[in-house]
Amino acid sequence: MSLFSDPRWSDALSHLPDYLGNHVRVSLAALALGLAVSLPLAILTRNRPAPRGILLALASIVQTVPGLALLALFYPLLLAAAALTLAWFGISFSAFGFLPAMLALALYSMLPVLRNGITGLNGIDPALIEAAEGVGMTARQSLVLVELPLALPVIMAGIRTAAVWVIGTATLSTPIGQTSLGNYIFAGLQTQNWVFVLFGCLASALLALAVDQLLGLIEGGLRRRSRLRTGLGAVGIAALVAATLVPTMGRSSQGYVVGAKTFAEQYVLSALLRDRLQAAGLSATARSGLGSSVIFGALKAGDIDLYIDYSGTLWANQLHRTDIKPRAELIAELKTALAKENITLLGELGFENAYALVIPKKRAEALGIRTIADLAAHASTLSIAGDYEFFSRPEWAALQKAYGLQFRAQRQMQPDFMYAAVASGEVDVIAGYTSDGLIAKYELVALDDPRQAIPPYDAILLLAPKRAGDTRLQEALKPLLGKIDITTMREANLRAAGNDANSSPDVVAKWLWEKVGKP
Amino acid sequence: MPSRPMIGYAHVTKSFGSLRAVDDVSLDIAEGEFVAIVGGSGSGKTTLLRLANRLIEADGGTITVEGEDVQNVDPVALRRRIGYVFQSGGLFPHLSVADNVGITPRLLGEPGAAIAARVDELLELVQLDRAAHRDRLPEALSGGQRQRVGVARALAAKPRIVLMDEPFGALDPLTRDALGDDYRSLHRKLGLTTVMITHDMTEAILLADRIAVMHSGKLLAQGTPAELSNSTDAYVLELLRTPRRQVERLNALLSQSGAA
Repeated sequence: MSLFSDPRWSDALSHLPDYLGNHVRVSLAALALGLAVSLPLAILTRNRPAPRGILLALASIVQTVPGLALLALFYPLLLAAAALTLAWFGISFSAFGFLPAMLALALYSMLPVLRNGITGLNGIDPALIEAAEGVGMTARQSLVLVELPLALPVIMAGIRTAAVWVIGTATLSTPIGQTSLGNYIFAGLQTQNWVFVLFGCLASALLALAVDQLLGLIEGGLRRRSRLRTGLGAVGIAALVAATLVPTMGRSSQGYVVGAKTFAEQYVLSALLRDRLQAAGLSATARSGLGSSVIFGALKAGDIDLYIDYSGTLWANQLHRTDIKPRAELIAELKTALAKENITLLGELGFENAYALVIPKKRAEALGIRTIADLAAHASTLSIAGDYEFFSRPEWAALQKAYGLQFRAQRQMQPDFMYAAVASGEVDVIAGYTSDGLIAKYELVALDDPRQAIPPYDAILLLAPKRAGDTRLQEALKPLLGKIDITTMREANLRAAGNDANSSPDVVAKWLWEKVGKP
Repeated sequence: MPSRPMIGYAHVTKSFGSLRAVDDVSLDIAEGEFVAIVGGSGSGKTTLLRLANRLIEADGGTITVEGEDVQNVDPVALRRRIGYVFQSGGLFPHLSVADNVGITPRLLGEPGAAIAARVDELLELVQLDRAAHRDRLPEALSGGQRQRVGVARALAAKPRIVLMDEPFGALDPLTRDALGDDYRSLHRKLGLTTVMITHDMTEAILLADRIAVMHSGKLLAQGTPAELSNSTDAYVLELLRTPRRQVERLNALLSQSGAA
């Protein structure tokens, strides 16, 4: 089978108009905003060394913030701003998706435009500025008729750099809810779909390259005062923007939006929920790859309509509770607390995806370890790996406290790589997930938690406040409740973790759909 | 009653930091006159010129243009009614010859068709083939052509006064000579009042009606070439010695070769 006959390529291609269109839209808006802010700033500060220095230093600092962090920061920032404007002016806006992504990217684009703007304007032959004054230009006319046109090639070079940065960084806006070419990369990484990762990288690289070349043509045209080159470049950019934006324009609203966090199980479940709604005659789309802290806020604000979360996660992160309660009690209390925020906890899917300390079965037998209490005796000689959030979560603190765990070393890892790492002995223990199919695949064992330090993590279905009274939606979803047991979910996750054509979330969701009896 | 000067400097001073660039200079330039200001670099001649259209503001004294104190005139309006020819052209490299020439009328808000007609007229006046040069960029012109465009630009808004800052300094001798003569006849034909800066006394003698000599910010002498030759000032005599010597040597050399 040749590389390109893999059906995942055509699957990837089918998402291209949506992902590319959104990618171009957010990049374009960010660049326009960045330009609208930084060009006037460059003009205002070009002859004032002190503010110019401060401005350039600030822009440089922004540049040193990693793109992912910058984007992630804008979400809570806007959330707070939205709360303020709602309280003060009664105006609310969505802090999710387009707006935070555009603002963060605009900030990111400012440094090259500012720097080149100032350099370009300061680099003009003083004799020409004098000539402008001498022929009777006002300061403003001199700027518009002489200085800006002469600085344009240098400014254009800055815009070109900014465009390439923005297009590249826009792939990181997926976790805050902005669809982009990053959706391929995030989904691909989480589901080990390397075709998607490769496709996403290629698509964004090609886009950046095309924009870079076309802007380069404009820049060269301006530098050589060749209208032909400038015109060709401009027409090229316009054609590129039109070609990427038009296919997604005028598309009707997408109906119900099913959210999904950034791991395979969530991709599969969101596809399943979407299929269920469509089977009930409701239009629905999945919006996947949302950060764990973003997704609850998105639901609360109504940017997504429904998603699957886990009881223990909400218990700790939203209710800020550190005590542990039995499953049913915890869910009942959670339901009451969520209802106060008008969020509907519709019910449980039937399985639990809890954190568990996982070691290879053989090693456990050799060391005589069955529970976390047994492990604690060996911990000082062992290393542990967890996902990016585990070590800062209350569960980890609770585990350490309950069992006096002290490991030799701890590492953070991409969740999908942890299981292979512990199986190969690269780390000794991992904080895995009970519903992960890889536990069986790699012959690992999840250790018992006799002191119940880890709260229950039942998969629960949440609905946005605006869907609280939507009986049609609720009736459509109810057949799924209690239908997915842990064995089924493990097998589904194992399928999704495969690296072949049948491992895409859509295909696995179809399998799961059949498996639970087409509810 | 003496006719009022077109440009009048009365006890004008200008300092840059501790340097007195122009030191108590008084000079009247009559209507229709062609005055050359001669001096070495740092003599203050360029500063003196720029004080007239307020590219530089004076510290003390009074400057009048057409009888009006320049302090009472909006500097932008003042510059639009005084032509200015820059050293090596000062043409805007991103504008075509026509756009460069038509810039001041455009700033004055004249209609496009009138500007276009004026540009053609001016190109003819400075003896540039308009079909060949109109739409070219300055970089495609020779030094002499550029300076002709510079002169055309200075004349575009029909000024009565033209200020020239070493206009022909960077040109080869032949072009320089031709351009000087051409400008001189334009000056007469259009009834202009011209102030030209030069460090070249020969050029000043050949073109100007009157010469003002600047040295270290002071106006050392002023008058016709003949009047200047009666000066007792050592620096003035030194300046005049160069063209004299040139003439003598040229005569000697040319008659020798003629005899041969």
